[in-house]
Amino acid sequence: MKAIVCVKQVPDTSGKVAVKADGTLDRASMATITNPDDLNALEAALKLKDATGCEVVVVTMGPPPAEGMLRELLARGADKAVLVSGREFGGSDTFATSQILAAAVNKIGVGPEDVVFCGRQAIDGDTAQVGPQIAEKLHLPQVTYVADIQKDGNTLTVKRMLEDGYMMVKVQTPCLLTCIKELNEPRYMSVNGIFTCYDKPMEVFDYNALKDDPLIEVDTIGLKGSPTNVFKSFTPPQKGAGTMLKGDDVAAQLAGILAKKHLI
Amino acid sequence: MADFNEYKGVWVFCEQRQGKLMPTDFELVSEARKLADELNCEVTGLLLGDNVEGIAKELGGYGADKVMVCESPLLKDYTTDAYTKVLCDMVNEYKPEALLIGATNIGRDLGPRCAARLHTGLTADATHLDVDTAKYVEFLKESSTIDLSKQKFDYEDRNLKMTRPAFGGHLMATIICPRFRPQMSTVRPGVMKKAPFDQAKADACQIVKPAFSLTADDIKTEVLSVEKAAEKLVDLIGADVIVSVGRGISKDVNKGIELAEQLAAALGGGVVGASRAVTDAGWMTADHQVGQTGKTVHPKIYVALGISGAIQHTAGMQDSECIIAVNKNEGAPIFGVADYGIVGDLFKVVPELVKQIEAAKAAQ
Repeated sequence: MKAIVCVKQVPDTSGKVAVKADGTLDRASMATITNPDDLNALEAALKLKDATGCEVVVVTMGPPPAEGMLRELLARGADKAVLVSGREFGGSDTFATSQILAAAVNKIGVGPEDVVFCGRQAIDGDTAQVGPQIAEKLHLPQVTYVADIQKDGNTLTVKRMLEDGYMMVKVQTPCLLTCIKELNEPRYMSVNGIFTCYDKPMEVFDYNALKDDPLIEVDTIGLKGSPTNVFKSFTPPQKGAGTMLKGDDVAAQLAGILAKKHLI
Repeated sequence: MADFNEYKGVWVFCEQRQGKLMPTDFELVSEARKLADELNCEVTGLLLGDNVEGIAKELGGYGADKVMVCESPLLKDYTTDAYTKVLCDMVNEYKPEALLIGATNIGRDLGPRCAARLHTGLTADATHLDVDTAKYVEFLKESSTIDLSKQKFDYEDRNLKMTRPAFGGHLMATIICPRFRPQMSTVRPGVMKKAPFDQAKADACQIVKPAFSLTADDIKTEVLSVEKAAEKLVDLIGADVIVSVGRGISKDVNKGIELAEQLAAALGGGVVGASRAVTDAGWMTADHQVGQTGKTVHPKIYVALGISGAIQHTAGMQDSECIIAVNKNEGAPIFGVADYGIVGDLFKVVPELVKQIEAAKAAQ
């Protein structure tokens, strides 16, 4: 039995975000982190490992430096890591990315008792698309926005959040779940984990390793093949400066303005 | 490549929960009407559920020419498998040019699954849509810092231009899907403007019940129950007045929230919102969050108390009619989007503000 966790290394958009003159993101100047929801996905897999002793495999698609993130996840308790990396994959949209990751997961192998975990969405694109698209390509049932998981043999009972409540959903393994932060509290790296993370197996799947997988269509991957293209990217303008209220009676000034504008 | 001439019409997936249409359905139908008028085609609503035909005509009042209703006990509650199958079968049969889906927790589950099956692209959480290039250029003039004098546009281009925020709202990207059909986008709830309801158009709306096949074996998940949240969730999107709190309340969280509630009440009754820092810290629940990863709002009055104003937050509130910011730090970026700014300690400013607003109201 395996838990396969799909993760992404992302720029930390909660900090300072630098935009270049041409309107693209200056990634080099920004710190990178493991996507927050993906840490909840890993924690869900590690909890499954605590309960059943299953193997936890983390897989990411990214440039070679993403290995650093994978080592960190091995230090948190994952058993094995796969880095999907190749120039041919660069610039992929979600359709293309999910195709490549689905092929990678296929190569790792999804057994009848296995669960694939993803984070709900990554903080750089905020699309929440790659998880469901992997599930579709692997013909796995999916449950998204997962806030609780109860496992009984090959049956999972899952709490799926909605804006106005939640659903309880029953699903059989193999399946794919996308996780939200309410699901759990991700554990830290352990001292032992840090000592052993460089001894744990790390495989690299490049283009040649995946190109013959039936899930890969060579003409819909990468920047050129992706179904969606960026037509324009731009930075929004700052709104014109407003009025700063000054003096001891700012509250009275504001109340006066609001009354005059019939806002109160 | 598919023959694009076969693909006609703008479709809206009209989500219902417990037999009630979602508010975002009306926004999407209204927006689809505008796009369809530019494309000179029909707007079709697609409504899946059990015993939902009775709610379909209302969609006509916002611009749907036609609603296709697919009813089955197997479609009563949303399941990815059943809804994906029926939606994809309908799209493959009737071939719409564009398909819009509300970016709700259900739409964001359904959209990508369908796009993968239909072998087409999907834009996530669009906040602006255009077909007509001239209109798109107008939009760029208002909403971007691009130097348009150096740009060339093809004014014959009829692709759907789907604009969305990325990188926490620091960047906007316009996405196109030139090689595949339908052009699909999920659309952020609360952003598109709902058209005025027209009863005559609702009466004239055509209801179609197409044949489809769906069996229990198609569905691999089982919905055991659907629970409404015990606590009433705040309706940020529909509110006229929102008073949001940020990290600035950390000194006394409960007092800060209480002051925000008092100010909202003084401003005529409103709701309390929050920045991501506040919901991440667990001081308020996630349904209060305004911003790129929270809700997009445009109330008449938006007050930001102790919110620094990272783009993550301002992306969700900058279109409010009147923005008031209170912050201790006069360099806080929130003052860049505010109509009125007060530099000061919210714990001191807000009680005085409540007093003065009550006095001003009494004087009217």
